[in-house]
Amino acid sequence: MKKRNLLILILFIFTFSATIVSITSCKKLFPEMINPENGLCGPITLTNSQTLLFSAGNDQFFANRSSATGLGPYFVATGCGSCHSSDNRGHPFTILTRFGQTDSTGNKFLAEGGPQLGTFCLPGYTPETIPAGATSTKLIAPITAGVGFLEAVPDSEIIAMADANVNNPNGVRGHPNYNTIPSYVTPLSGAIPRPDGKYICRFGRKAAVYNLFQQVALAYNHDMGITSSYMPYNPFNYQEQAVPTTPSTPEIDNDTFYSVVFYVTALQTPIQRNATDATVVQGQNAFVKIGCADCHKQNLTTGYSPIAGLAYQTFQPFTDLLVHDMGPGDDDHYTEGDALTSEWRTTPLWGLGLAPGVQGGDVYLMHDGRAHSIQQAIQMHGGESAVSAANFSKLSSADQTAVIKFLQSL
Amino acid sequence: MKITLSVLFITISLFYFQPASAQIDSSLLNTPAKKDTAKHTLSMDAIYNRPFKKLGSSSLSIGGYVESDVQYTNTSGITNGDQFQFRRFSLFVSSTIAPHIKFLSEIEYEDDPSGDAGEAAGPEFGVEYAALDIEFNPLINLRGGMILNPIGGFNENHDGPKYEFTDRPIAMTQMLPDTWNNPGFGLYGKKYSGHWMYGYEAYVTGGFNDSIINNSQGKTFLPAAKSSITRFNTSASGEPLYTGKLSFGNDQIGELGLSYMGGVYNTWRVEGAQVDNKRSVNVFDVNFNGTIPGLHTNIISEWAWIFVDIPPDYTPEYAHKQFGGFIDIVQPIIHGRILDWDNATVNIAVRGEYVDWNDGNFAATGQKMYNDLWSIMPAISFRPTPQTVLRLNYRRQTQNDITGNKIGAAIGPTAGLSFGISTYF
Repeated sequence: MKKRNLLILILFIFTFSATIVSITSCKKLFPEMINPENGLCGPITLTNSQTLLFSAGNDQFFANRSSATGLGPYFVATGCGSCHSSDNRGHPFTILTRFGQTDSTGNKFLAEGGPQLGTFCLPGYTPETIPAGATSTKLIAPITAGVGFLEAVPDSEIIAMADANVNNPNGVRGHPNYNTIPSYVTPLSGAIPRPDGKYICRFGRKAAVYNLFQQVALAYNHDMGITSSYMPYNPFNYQEQAVPTTPSTPEIDNDTFYSVVFYVTALQTPIQRNATDATVVQGQNAFVKIGCADCHKQNLTTGYSPIAGLAYQTFQPFTDLLVHDMGPGDDDHYTEGDALTSEWRTTPLWGLGLAPGVQGGDVYLMHDGRAHSIQQAIQMHGGESAVSAANFSKLSSADQTAVIKFLQSL
Repeated sequence: MKITLSVLFITISLFYFQPASAQIDSSLLNTPAKKDTAKHTLSMDAIYNRPFKKLGSSSLSIGGYVESDVQYTNTSGITNGDQFQFRRFSLFVSSTIAPHIKFLSEIEYEDDPSGDAGEAAGPEFGVEYAALDIEFNPLINLRGGMILNPIGGFNENHDGPKYEFTDRPIAMTQMLPDTWNNPGFGLYGKKYSGHWMYGYEAYVTGGFNDSIINNSQGKTFLPAAKSSITRFNTSASGEPLYTGKLSFGNDQIGELGLSYMGGVYNTWRVEGAQVDNKRSVNVFDVNFNGTIPGLHTNIISEWAWIFVDIPPDYTPEYAHKQFGGFIDIVQPIIHGRILDWDNATVNIAVRGEYVDWNDGNFAATGQKMYNDLWSIMPAISFRPTPQTVLRLNYRRQTQNDITGNKIGAAIGPTAGLSFGISTYF
């Protein structure tokens, strides 16, 4: 064999062998797992069968829908992942509009397509409009990670947090949003309903949604125009159609639906980054000192959950799950359940520092993304939170910077 | 390490101690192709510029190609392990029916879903090409049947054995819908003058449908139209898709192709009643291929711009504008007799790719919409003959979703190794 041929053979075999070695052992050729501090898509500790269900839900959560798979005709986004990229907050391009009324007697515009406006429609359809006389608000999708932990917080803990505010010197009060739950929702273990049959709700910007099962049903139906066994009527344009009275064939089957419920329930909580950094610690102390933690409570504890990884866990969402009066600046003249027009659920602050990653490098905070920086968001706090916002303004520049850095670490 | 050394030793042994006749003498079966497929011609010739074998004294010639590979990919640290893929098996049959009248068909098994993956039902087996060519004059040829739309260079010139890469270019298959075939008719012609070649193609065919803006990809996705099972019988818009291409070639420089494809894509009329406005899709494409004299460096590149008329009340996830393309640079480093192959070549190569599925800014914020992808893929290939290639590729890729987010299981940094074979037969 000629030398050249031998050389070529050796070159080729070396390359081939190097490939095998690379595949089996050389990790540098391939991306490493995302540091859990920077990602939100991971699950809590699950059994093997739960992991399979989580994986199936993950696929469905990030699947895009078309009209062939039930999308529309009126919708806001084509998939869960459109509003919750990497299980994070939403981007203003998927902002949704709800319309209704200024009192808390229930939505009066259901026959006009309420409570949610289908921002977009399939080709050939006429866009929905807000009916005359309705008030409206715009809402950016909240973070998805960790919501299973929020669901597992017992009603008793939420009531206790509300009760503890009675004598709050900063004027913080807050109350649970009691709302009527739909027939397809089963009350959670330990639920404490009010005598009028309403339950403490906790999801959504105004905490009007009871649990993740209801939230998933609403998201499929209102956000994507997809019918399920639980919400079998498609969104409609009242100017062109009568209120649907015949249930549609479900566009998502119950197994798929439940896999998505399980997926969001079993998502891990966001992990704080640089928690021991001196400036972060300084900021956290200032955050507590000026009263932010009166509402944005660091620690909550879950009660019983059928998913072992969620049961009896203390976690750090920075919320009290109560709705608070945020003052006239945040009054959108729109109510849901017991939450009045200026009342909003305390937004969990976890994952706040990861918001730029899914909001195009900027941040869009508060319920409608009106704040374009954390500092601006703090300054927009009024009503019950006005004292804390004023206290923040009185902090030294170094302390203000530290508070921002602390919030960015979440 | 021991295992690796053992594999190395066994492999060297197998190559070094060659059995005298490990295979049947292939010359008994084979009428080798006279054309070197690595050589440069106009892309429009690619359909016929393949190795065919004449069947005895009949007017039929047959040929085909196959490609298969093994891939290991990893996105954001998550992998499905080694994947063995039988990508394609394609069979050509051609016939000279009479002077200046010829027919060629290509029947292909493909397990590389290039339509809407959310709609695709698995491996496809179908007629990719089946057209009759009638030459009235070298400048005026009529072609009709199932044709390949001459958009860019890759759509008509995509056979696996011609490339040093196991994967087809992303922009050509995930932005443009290559391989994009349709029933239709048209004219083509060529003229040669010294070193120069000029060609044109102009066809009217069936076309796209609403799925390009209503699909499981959640983005403007022309390949989604391929998932329609009725598209070879029913045109969604009822209007032709126009495709035209001008090619300018010099046998010492290379070939430049300028092409356009466009038409109404949506179903705007149902049972005679108008239900929507007519909406159009327009594609502009530039392709180049050539060889640097002396160095023998081969360059193949294609870039396309897509403009889609989107309904005004539609989600920005579906883009008005897309842009993308690729460049392949292939450098032969050894050429000549290797083992028993007289015309063997070892190449090193690299492919660079970019696709922006949503070129524009958010109306809500003014920010750039991303949904883009960069990829670079170095390769080494061994061609024992010009018709057969063994290729080893390594890909590094980064991808953003529409907001610019690059953290997730389906997006983010990706790397992959693949080894594949492809050959004409």
